[in-house]
Amino acid sequence: MRELVQQPLTMWNLLLIVLAAIALLLVVLVFVTYAIYFERKVIGWMQLRPGPNRVGPLGLLQTVADVSKLLLKEDTRPKQADRILFALAPVLAYAPAFTVLAVMPFTESLQFADLDIGVLYYVGLSSITVLGVITAGWASNNKYALIGGLRSAAQMISYEVALVMSIVGIVILTGSMNLREIVEAQRDVWNIVPQFLAFLIFIIAAQAELNRSPFDLPEAESELVAGYHVEYSGFRFAMFMLAEYVYMFAMGTMVTVLFLGGWLPIHPALSFIPGIVWFVVKFSLYVFLQFWLRATMPRIRSDQLMSFAWKGLLPLAFLNILLTAGFVSIFA
Amino acid sequence: METNPYVLVAIFLLLGVLLPVATVSWIGPLLRPNNPTPEKQSTYESGNIPVGDSWGRFNVRYYLYALLFVIFDVETLFLYPWAVAYRQLGLFALVEMVVFIALLAVGLLYAWRKKALEWN
Repeated sequence: MRELVQQPLTMWNLLLIVLAAIALLLVVLVFVTYAIYFERKVIGWMQLRPGPNRVGPLGLLQTVADVSKLLLKEDTRPKQADRILFALAPVLAYAPAFTVLAVMPFTESLQFADLDIGVLYYVGLSSITVLGVITAGWASNNKYALIGGLRSAAQMISYEVALVMSIVGIVILTGSMNLREIVEAQRDVWNIVPQFLAFLIFIIAAQAELNRSPFDLPEAESELVAGYHVEYSGFRFAMFMLAEYVYMFAMGTMVTVLFLGGWLPIHPALSFIPGIVWFVVKFSLYVFLQFWLRATMPRIRSDQLMSFAWKGLLPLAFLNILLTAGFVSIFA
Repeated sequence: METNPYVLVAIFLLLGVLLPVATVSWIGPLLRPNNPTPEKQSTYESGNIPVGDSWGRFNVRYYLYALLFVIFDVETLFLYPWAVAYRQLGLFALVEMVVFIALLAVGLLYAWRKKALEWN
């Protein structure tokens, strides 16, 4: 991929790049299908029940069946809804979640756009998803959807501040926002060690950004029916689900790249194992952690949620920046 | 001459927009039934007949959070260039940024004391 991008742009190369991007899209779709399957399966095991096991061997085709069903369902749209915004919202939620993947370095050579502002590109673009959520809530003209959308927006922007601040420490250590250079700088020790506080802040804020438990209030079935996507049905609804899981893919990639040394082996002696394997192992560990949290943590209250972001995570993120900066100027 | 990385970003953006548009608007109508009735098209309120519409006023607290977000998000835009150049700038940059973060911390403390962060 890297050699391809470093060549001049011809028609032929452009075609190859587009095909590679489509291949990545397919990988992501397969990931989403089986992430949902494993999520249900893992939570099932943790709660001592078998999980999906009817469709296909071991229930492996359950998600495929679910998606086909969504595709065949009627697409209802409430009469009172704002037609244009209602149609726009799923695109607004999904497109940025996929576009952030353009900068992700999966291995040394497997990276599409090698941007020097990789970190900034990620945090900037990923916050557009909030717009999709709030547009959906507003356009539905439904009280549940509006409350869910606003709650979701308040939550996502609050935790986004902490998330963005927690990365600053890594940028100080590396002296670059280029994601490939950030991975290369972790050859001696992964960022999770010197930036452990930032790692904790990041994964907690990531849970909130992804609207996953214990921060799944926007979709709290028991209070808000389904939150911002109450009025969505069929494939429009599927787009919101897809966006959520693609965003999870992006967040997992980000955690792996920023804190877990990306494609680097755990010890130089193990470097005969290809980088992509290391990447997938670390990435899967993070995704598993999310399922685990969902099976164990109860949902927290709305006021606790907001005060935790502003009074807990944000001051800690400030502290992390100052500590890192002080540490670097003393020892470097 | 290498390919401009933003060409790749544009390809990704195009694919990102194309997938929902293609599945919902092009492939979808061929596969799904379309039989709208007034009941289906009414706003869902757990079975009750909906009262009024919901484009009304909502809680002012959301607005306060949005304001706080704008302040702190703009601040991170200042923090990132500082963080990138930090190793070259040395102690002076550290002092400067401590002052900057202290000012923001005062702002956060003010919002905290004014109970702008309470949710009740």
